[in-house]
Amino acid sequence: MSKKIKLMQGNEACVEAALMAGMRFYAGYPITPSTELAELSALHLPYYGGKFIQMEDEIAGIAAAIGGSLAGLKSMTATSGPGFSLKQENIGYAAIAEIPLVIVNVQRGGPSTGLPTSPAQGDVMQAKWGTHGDHPVIALSPDSVTETFNLTIRAFNLAEKYRTPVILLTDEVVGHMREKIEIPAQEDIEIYDRVKPKENEEYVPFKTEEGEIVPRMANFGEGHRYHVTGLFHDESGFPSNSSENAEVMLDHLMNKIDNNLDDIIDYEEYMMDDAEFLIVSYGSTARTVRSAIKALRAEGIKAGMFRAITLWPSPEEKLAEISKKFDKILVAEMNLGQYVQEVQRIVKSNSEVYHIGRANGEVTTPSEIVNKVKEVL
Amino acid sequence: MSSNLINEYFRESKLPHIWCPGCSHGIVTRAIAKAIDELGLDKDKVTIVSGIGCSSRAPGYMDFNTLHTTHGRALAFATGVKLANPELDVIVITGDGDASAIGGNHLIHAARRNIDITTIVFNNNIYGMTGGQYSPTTPTGALGTTAPHGNIDKPFDIAQLAAAAGATYAARSTAYHTTQLIKYIKKGIQNKGFSLVEAASICPTYYGRKNKSGSPVKMMEHLKNNFVDVKIIDKLPEEKKAGKELMGEFKDITAPEYTAEYLKLIDRLKGAAK
Repeated sequence: MSKKIKLMQGNEACVEAALMAGMRFYAGYPITPSTELAELSALHLPYYGGKFIQMEDEIAGIAAAIGGSLAGLKSMTATSGPGFSLKQENIGYAAIAEIPLVIVNVQRGGPSTGLPTSPAQGDVMQAKWGTHGDHPVIALSPDSVTETFNLTIRAFNLAEKYRTPVILLTDEVVGHMREKIEIPAQEDIEIYDRVKPKENEEYVPFKTEEGEIVPRMANFGEGHRYHVTGLFHDESGFPSNSSENAEVMLDHLMNKIDNNLDDIIDYEEYMMDDAEFLIVSYGSTARTVRSAIKALRAEGIKAGMFRAITLWPSPEEKLAEISKKFDKILVAEMNLGQYVQEVQRIVKSNSEVYHIGRANGEVTTPSEIVNKVKEVL
Repeated sequence: MSSNLINEYFRESKLPHIWCPGCSHGIVTRAIAKAIDELGLDKDKVTIVSGIGCSSRAPGYMDFNTLHTTHGRALAFATGVKLANPELDVIVITGDGDASAIGGNHLIHAARRNIDITTIVFNNNIYGMTGGQYSPTTPTGALGTTAPHGNIDKPFDIAQLAAAAGATYAARSTAYHTTQLIKYIKKGIQNKGFSLVEAASICPTYYGRKNKSGSPVKMMEHLKNNFVDVKIIDKLPEEKKAGKELMGEFKDITAPEYTAEYLKLIDRLKGAAK
């Protein structure tokens, strides 16, 4: 198979990538603007010997996907705002039980049923804190069709490597717009598969081997009869009420991400070499920011953009370092102020942080960003 | 063989269990192990999935692939496991609240799909784990900690609900009638489709104390005396029918099974252009 050039929607590119990454199980529930993900998975998966099932509700969608992953298939579910809210409890389950899983959230206007066919970036904080309790999160935010493809592959690889749910936080703009995309040949795509237990050795299902990041994962039905629970458990997998054990386990969950930030974190610096003003953005809003930066530069204002591709964990170290060079930073996002709080936390007193964004279903225009920059300067 | 059930099918190091003295969940759990034993299932292929509640702690004691999930969602997780690997014998252990309140939607849809999962409902008519609140199977008039003035709700008949929703095998026995219970569980596992076996159970600690039902032995006697097989109920004189509850097999039919149909779909598309 060789590479091919196509015109595709973001949602189409996501399914194309998921299949190439090895997705063989999809369970979900229809919701705008993510429905193409379910429809295309239903269409294509049987040809690969994979399984698609439309469940009775959003909660069942993620629950079945977790079950599919435990039975050995790379699994995905997709949704949008209201469905993302409903899936939260089981996102926490996948986190504590260390089940690889990809959850796509094509963000739409909220709260509640909100603006079903309009874009938003209102689930940024929910992606981190939506499920109860402390837990690790990986959330990726693509700004184009090509990047949706690439980050979907990455989402599966990270899920398998770190045994954790990975959220692909796209939005209605990126999900539905069409762009040219070069689909690489299958052999040119790097695929990571979960590490299985060693043969002929006693399997301690939640024990991390020396030098490894996460416990090796046996698939149900392959001869290792073990227990999986959403309760705090010890290395054996069985529930434990001990606070000492809970601490050890939570440290493991957090550290597997925190100790590997270099491997996980991704960002883009756009026209930053000579930049005198910094705009921080992500996802589809970053596209507007690029246009704004070109317009600003035409007027002699040297603006640049730092684009977070990994929203969670946030690219904290890099942004903190960069912020030392800027007195003022503008955060552009499609909400009333979410990631701006993370930027403020990171840059501390290095820079004054401003915000531009709205949550009425309309994207911010380049000229609005240009005007905001001039106002702030 | 039966005397070895503990060694063969239970994780002895995880015992004793958390259930209260007099609770009948151990009896029902043993019936499941006995059914698996008599069918000679491959332990590596058996997967037991549960939700949250007293009964849902049973899989932790059982030496199979065991999955203790979130409240009400056992059947949704189990559907994923079974569809991803149809070679597994998937059994769901759930309680009356887990199966028919928070998990009611999953129950009727798993039944509708006729997916090959055997669901055992430990029905003790109460939320035990949280301390005796009324459940969807608490009888009208009974007391619970959230029905301090008597329950005004009407109870579900879970076995009949599953049968109506599309289960191809639906039966009810009790923690007293273990011979029938084991037989029904075996038939449920053997049925290629969705099976539900309800095990009427007792909760002396919460239901029993609140409703002054007497000792666990007395509550077991109630199961013995109050449940009548559906096959003979019509032969009883009217005065003996009053207040009786039905046990027995409510449905036992053959119908296309979901995962088998999906595999047929994959076969049908084989060789076709992508």
